[in-house]
Amino acid sequence: MSLSLDDVKRIARLARVGVSEAEAAHYQEQLNNIFGLIAQMQSVDTSGVAPMAHAQDLSQRLRDDAAREPNQRDKFQKIAPAVEAGLYLVPKVIE
Amino acid sequence: MLNANLAELSALLREKKLSSVEMAQEFLARIEKLNPSINAFVTLDKGMTLAEARAADARLAAGESGPLLGVPLAHKDIFCADGWRTTCGSKMLENFIAPYDAHVIAQFKKAGSVSLGKLNMDEFAMGSSNETSYYGKVKNPWDVKAVPGGSSGGSAAAVAARMAPAATGTDTGGSIRQPAALCGISGLKPTYGVVSRYGMIAFASSLDQAGPMAKSAEDLGLMLNAMAGFDERDSTSLERKSEDYCRDLAKPLAGLRIGLPKEYFAEGLSADVAKAVEAAIAEYCKLGAQTVEVSLPNTNLSIPVYYVLAPAEASSNLSRFDGVRYGYRAPEYGDLNDMYEKTRAQGFGDEVKRRIMIGTYVLSHGYYDAYYIQAQKLRRLIAQDFVEAFKQCDVIMGPTSPSTAFNFGEKGDDPVAMYLSDIYTIATNLAGLPGMSIPCGFGDNGRPVGLQIIGNYFAEARMLNVAHQLQQATDWHLRAPSI
Repeated sequence: MSLSLDDVKRIARLARVGVSEAEAAHYQEQLNNIFGLIAQMQSVDTSGVAPMAHAQDLSQRLRDDAAREPNQRDKFQKIAPAVEAGLYLVPKVIE
Repeated sequence: MLNANLAELSALLREKKLSSVEMAQEFLARIEKLNPSINAFVTLDKGMTLAEARAADARLAAGESGPLLGVPLAHKDIFCADGWRTTCGSKMLENFIAPYDAHVIAQFKKAGSVSLGKLNMDEFAMGSSNETSYYGKVKNPWDVKAVPGGSSGGSAAAVAARMAPAATGTDTGGSIRQPAALCGISGLKPTYGVVSRYGMIAFASSLDQAGPMAKSAEDLGLMLNAMAGFDERDSTSLERKSEDYCRDLAKPLAGLRIGLPKEYFAEGLSADVAKAVEAAIAEYCKLGAQTVEVSLPNTNLSIPVYYVLAPAEASSNLSRFDGVRYGYRAPEYGDLNDMYEKTRAQGFGDEVKRRIMIGTYVLSHGYYDAYYIQAQKLRRLIAQDFVEAFKQCDVIMGPTSPSTAFNFGEKGDDPVAMYLSDIYTIATNLAGLPGMSIPCGFGDNGRPVGLQIIGNYFAEARMLNVAHQLQQATDWHLRAPSI
């Protein structure tokens, strides 16, 4: 398989990473090399093998539904790019 | 003092030959002298370091004791440390002051160690040469033309150059072991789940594991004693009884069965690395060990599997960097999507963007089964290879890296060439097994060679015993670069 330039732009859009035309062409070549490496996987018959998501067989621990974290809004918002009146500022999303 | 091990440093403090403040100052002076040429540290804060040292001195004066109390260490810049800038090697977090402590950092504070600063690394731990750091590459103290390895390259270089007695690292595909090998120090990646990932900036969560990097196996054990342990804030932290990882150091090795995977000594391994590794194995045989050939037939698949699974997890983990709550935000943008795209285009480096794109693609509709699920199935086969191998041996040994440290720029512009250099370390992460690297000689170019020791699940104490015994019989771990 081989990624087209449009594929690369579509992936970048899905990943919310802006790319210029020149960058897209550059990534296209590199990503195709990487997928060339990844293609080795297809040579193995894995029918009947259960996917392994994790190194340890764990089940999720549960805890009481109780608030434990103290309110540290001021501390956390000090490192935010844009805040006002205790709110995080983003571009307008609803017209 | 700069060459002293952790036990010796602790003794100097206990016997009041030196205060923690004085000790920290000596290392800070060494850092000030060498860091301009090595670039191992990205953040230094003398005021915070000395405040921690004064607090340790007060605890010592109050009669408290502990193997790390007052001892200076340095931390990979992937661990959030309250009040410290924590960049993860990225422009995205250039001005990020962590608002809380990672579990590992909290554990070291409890033990009373003193932080000398934050260590350079590949951006978001993605890299094998430290060339992807936004803060400039780290130089190998053995030869400044050579890479230190990655991603924990700053940690390895700092310990090798004696700027810090020991350091923390993290290992997702070899990021503790490979830089340890290339810089001639010791490093241990514990069994997945032994050390909490809380507050450790996530790359690939099913593979990431923190561990110690130091000059000797004994020091690794002392560090791991502080780092390991259950933490409910990490959903994959394992609930196990705490153990003393130094308990078996002195045990003789008679009867030890060493498995040598034939795939780790095949084509692609440099002759000088093979020679040093074989000499170390011969030394083990003198100490009473026997060798047995084992096979890990799916070794070659570990790289493609890793480069599906790790980017997939990374693309999800790194979606949090959106320019809203913390980190970089592009100065100019239109709507929300434009802000995301510009922020991430400007805030992430090339390697990070490549991996986010690979991950996005393999998880996307229509490709998920062919890539992601197929990789997870192969992951099981790779893990089963080890189960079979450990039926015949107690530990597995081989080279950590196929060559000694390569030169900057040597791998060119093709990421695949760099990826292939992690052939011997990645499978261990996929299986979740513990692995370590210890120095075992030098290559033809005078650069260090690392011996990799892979253990069965939770065999850290045994592996440290095996490493320590070689370090009692040889002095490779005591060699330091002349800088």
